[in-house]
Amino acid sequence: MRFLNRSAGRLSRHRRSRLAGLALLLIGLLTTGGITYAVMPSSQAEDAQSNAVQVEEGRKLFLQGCSFCHGQNGEGIATVNGDNYGPSLVGVGAAAVHFQVETGRMPLAQPGVQGQVKPRTFSDEEVEQLAAFVASLGPGPARPNPEEYSVAGLTEEEREAAISRGGQIFLTNCTACHNFNGKGGAMPQGGFAPNLSDTEAVHIYEAMLTGPGQMDSFSNGNLSPEEKRDVIAYLYSLREQPSYGGFTLGGLGPVSEGMFAWLIGIGGLVGFAVWIAAHTTRTTKKKKVEA
Amino acid sequence: MAIDTSKVASSNSSAATPAKPSKAGAVATWADDRLGLATMAKKNLRKVFPDHWSFMLGEIALWSFVVLLLSGVFLTLWFTPSMSEVHYEGSYDQLRGIAMSEAMVSTLNISFDVRGGLLMRQMHHWAAMLFIASMMIHLLRVFFTGAHRKPRELNWVIGSLLLLLGTLEGFTGYSLPDDLLSGTGVRAADGFMKSIPVVGTYLSFFLFGGEFPGDAIIPRLYIIHVLLIPGLLLALIAAHMLLLVYHKHTQWPGPGRTEQNVVGFPMLPVYAAKAGGFFFIVFGVTALMGGLMQINPVWMYGPYDPSKVTAGSQPDWYMGWPDGALRIMPGWETHLWGDFTIAWNVFLPIIVLPGLMFTILMLLPFLESWITGDKRDHHLLQRPRNAPTRTALMVALMTFYGILWAAGGNDIIAIKLHMSINTITYWLRFLVFVGPVIAFLITRRWCISLQRHDNEKLLHGYETGIIMRSPEGGYSEKHLPISPARAYTLTARDRDEVYTVEGDVDENGIAAPASRKNALRARLSTLWFGDNVQKPTAEELEEAHHHAEHEHELQASLDGHAADGHQFDGHHSVDGETLRGGH
Amino acid sequence: MSGHDNLPVQVEEPIDNPGLPEHHWRPTDVDPKAEKRAERQVAALFGLSAVCAVLFVVAYFALEVGDNHDTVLGMGASNVALGASLGGALLLIGVGIIQWARKLMADVELTEQRHPAASSDEDRALTVAALQAGLEESGIARRPLVRNSLLGAVAILGAPAVVLLRDLGPTNAQVSDAETGAGLEHTVWKKGMRVVRDVVGTPIRPSDVEIGDLFNAEPAAIFETDENGQPLIEGVPLQVAKSKAAVVLIRMDPADNTPARGRENWSVDGILCYSKICTHVGCPISLNERKTHHLLCPCHQSTFDLADAGRVIFGPAARALPQLPIAVDSEGYIVAQSDFTEPVGPSFWERDS
Repeated sequence: MRFLNRSAGRLSRHRRSRLAGLALLLIGLLTTGGITYAVMPSSQAEDAQSNAVQVEEGRKLFLQGCSFCHGQNGEGIATVNGDNYGPSLVGVGAAAVHFQVETGRMPLAQPGVQGQVKPRTFSDEEVEQLAAFVASLGPGPARPNPEEYSVAGLTEEEREAAISRGGQIFLTNCTACHNFNGKGGAMPQGGFAPNLSDTEAVHIYEAMLTGPGQMDSFSNGNLSPEEKRDVIAYLYSLREQPSYGGFTLGGLGPVSEGMFAWLIGIGGLVGFAVWIAAHTTRTTKKKKVEA
Repeated sequence: MAIDTSKVASSNSSAATPAKPSKAGAVATWADDRLGLATMAKKNLRKVFPDHWSFMLGEIALWSFVVLLLSGVFLTLWFTPSMSEVHYEGSYDQLRGIAMSEAMVSTLNISFDVRGGLLMRQMHHWAAMLFIASMMIHLLRVFFTGAHRKPRELNWVIGSLLLLLGTLEGFTGYSLPDDLLSGTGVRAADGFMKSIPVVGTYLSFFLFGGEFPGDAIIPRLYIIHVLLIPGLLLALIAAHMLLLVYHKHTQWPGPGRTEQNVVGFPMLPVYAAKAGGFFFIVFGVTALMGGLMQINPVWMYGPYDPSKVTAGSQPDWYMGWPDGALRIMPGWETHLWGDFTIAWNVFLPIIVLPGLMFTILMLLPFLESWITGDKRDHHLLQRPRNAPTRTALMVALMTFYGILWAAGGNDIIAIKLHMSINTITYWLRFLVFVGPVIAFLITRRWCISLQRHDNEKLLHGYETGIIMRSPEGGYSEKHLPISPARAYTLTARDRDEVYTVEGDVDENGIAAPASRKNALRARLSTLWFGDNVQKPTAEELEEAHHHAEHEHELQASLDGHAADGHQFDGHHSVDGETLRGGH
Repeated sequence: MSGHDNLPVQVEEPIDNPGLPEHHWRPTDVDPKAEKRAERQVAALFGLSAVCAVLFVVAYFALEVGDNHDTVLGMGASNVALGASLGGALLLIGVGIIQWARKLMADVELTEQRHPAASSDEDRALTVAALQAGLEESGIARRPLVRNSLLGAVAILGAPAVVLLRDLGPTNAQVSDAETGAGLEHTVWKKGMRVVRDVVGTPIRPSDVEIGDLFNAEPAAIFETDENGQPLIEGVPLQVAKSKAAVVLIRMDPADNTPARGRENWSVDGILCYSKICTHVGCPISLNERKTHHLLCPCHQSTFDLADAGRVIFGPAARALPQLPIAVDSEGYIVAQSDFTEPVGPSFWERDS
């Protein structure tokens, strides 16, 4: 901490405690952070805008950032081959918009390639407006309420049962693409089911509900909201669970385990073998003759 | 062909001889009175073993086998090999209440409710991987150095069987917990058996005790895993070691080493210490891996269910290459007479191919001795470069193996490298044939060029890095002769003798019956040895030395004057600097 | 050397064997201080190993597993501690012994003569003579009746050995039963049996299925219970049933579907039902690409086009995915029209399509 006190004179250095610099730093950080937090707009979208205004604002945003591929009215733009630049968004619902735009997948970085998670382009308020606009194009799934996918209100036993059942549902419906750990898997033609380790609960729910990209949908007729909640609870329990056996080595299964067996196991042991059989230090001195 | 055996191993240690009878001596006397072991022990206690790191690869396999036995016994004390369905009520929350087999329940119990259980499980699994991996690198070392030649061909066959049995042992072992991942593998194994023509369904039904999955497979795999295969492994390992001790270990050529002797350290104490110490090191490394690196987390896979599967379903790495062959195989099936199906797409890659590969592996020493016609005993090793075709052949086989191995992980490659799995598969179908050929050609030429480089060193010395300028103005690099020890080592190899067919017609002009086979043999032998660079003859060496001396005469005027920046003038030391390459 | 090996005599070696190099001593051989230091080093390694072993015992009793699993750095504490201490204990002993050998044990290279692998000619001759004497006395060469009858008897002993294995399991022909769905050709699916969601067991209406949905489904028989609430099929028979009867239910735009001939009425308004068991080696498949209707198997990447009667479009599978004909029953739930019309799962010899 000496550098913080460097500018102080001799007299001042004796008067200030050695921790003064640290304390000042912390106070400064807390103050600026606190002020920022206080004046920052709330992340909860509690704008008092009416729905019509939102739809209109959303339409403007849509024309700017989305209509190039999805058409001016979200009708989709087809190519001559029968493919499309962007599919029709009629009926996809607010949930789809929330998922795609909040995870940063949309706007796509490049057409023809599977959307990847990247830094978001639109703020929370803008997402709300876009969602309102798209929802206005045709009836579709709405954003879920947190109560729908949270296990907070359940008793300990119910929560455990939910997690167990969620695990069975996850293993039946999801692991074929996303792997037992949710680490992701390969799909045809360069596609992939993404890693779920950092995905927020609401986005998992929305993805199941709307079936983004090539993912199938698991509408509420397929997996009920409680079942979706159970799957999310299971995934979160996997995240919180310690890796009982040590480092997870990527959670990809036998392929990475084999690689580590070779690199660390065989590599290490061959290294030891080289050491064992290596020449030891030699000296030019001669051994004294025994008397 | 009696060899002088009067020179027995001598000792140079200064160990004091005991003055009074020791306790150990008393015990030894008691035992010898009944077992008569001294006769055998007198030769073997100070038996000489040569010392090189590459000779320890087989030891990794041996010691990891011991670790497997020890950790395996521990696991058998808790594991229940039964497929009866129970509901899990142990301490792993996410699976509580779920129906699963007793095998899975006992595995979860070992992992979560037995202290040290998870460590032993993981150590057992890591040791299994090390066991098979070390057998493979040991095999490669033996083959590349020519240690599989007479009289060790049978040991090679035993080793190949050990590799095969080790692989099967691993497969049966990791299938025992009856979890989703290994169960998927067992399901695939059922599909493999069903693909066998005529007897497929019978094999499947007999193995599983009925329709898949039945209730018999886990107990049967268990007994194969803890009794049948370990018994065979122990017997084969004992035979392998006995032959090694009888034949004595091979050694690298060098000063003091001949085909008739073995130079190294005595069994007691040095070799026993190094081998024993290495055992503890293998055990210790396995324990560290078992403690720090999670492997096969069966609780996350959950119990086996035929309607569930995980992405990234692969067998353990040592089964990766047949799995890869299965993945890149096109979907070929034949229907015979409308009544029968031959599933080539499964039968060829998973039944025929591994059988073929292991057969080729076992026949390699016999194939080589037939082609080369070499029936002599060999106890000195060859550098891989001195057998270019053999080295290239194994590199080609390794490439074939490696490409199939990569194919087994094609979906992991796809997600990690962001490539299309379809493109990867198509490329691998092409590479699996072309790759080994390219690898063969490149390796062979590389070995031959290394042989040429060795000969250059023998004839013209090594490059010192000192550039000298002649009075006329020309630049040349000074070469210095390599030391006699190194020169000897480079020449301590056989000359290649191509097998030729004598005129084998008898006095009546009747050709010998096997002449067509011999003609093929001669052709193959020519190909085998073709283009190899032989070591120089004594005359060629003489001539080269004359030439070198002549050069030195020309540069005599430079003697004694230190080359700029160096403390010696090229072949005399100046200011006490030691010559490079003196060893 | 005799024989057909055709190898000429060895050409003279260009360089003579210089013999074993001169031995150089190690510092621990000539310097008593270095020797003592090495001794202390080795002893220290062994001492450290003992400490690790004690740590192991401490960790075993101090760290909990099971319901209150101790953790450290997000990993299981007991496993990490036990593994590290055991590993340390063993490794340090090993390293100590090796150091002992390298630094302190005599390291002068010794020479031992080899012997040919073959026995001496004299031994061979004696053995051959002994063998011949033994064989001659047995009379096996002179008495073909005795010899051949023995060989025949021993050979036939193979039959009991093989036959004893017959009851390892039934054959397919023995178990095959259309009523119960047993055997390779049948599943538990029957006419009118409802298609239910896997895990939860609830029946499905067409209106539940949206375009792009993928249902992992089972026959209702899997979840049926008797009057006491006990499942009718459980345990191993349940697994056997699931291994053939698991299905996937998807919905696509009816215009996208090109049904096979004769299968035009196998779907319900774009809802199609296919076997979940891959025709390659039997892994369950449910990686569906909703837009292309390509179903990918994770095991070996066989890909099936569900809009084209489950035809194989990539990968090692050779046969199209079996399709389950479905209809809607009187209460509006999706039901099967019949069992699968072909065996489900991997190919086998007796399969006739």
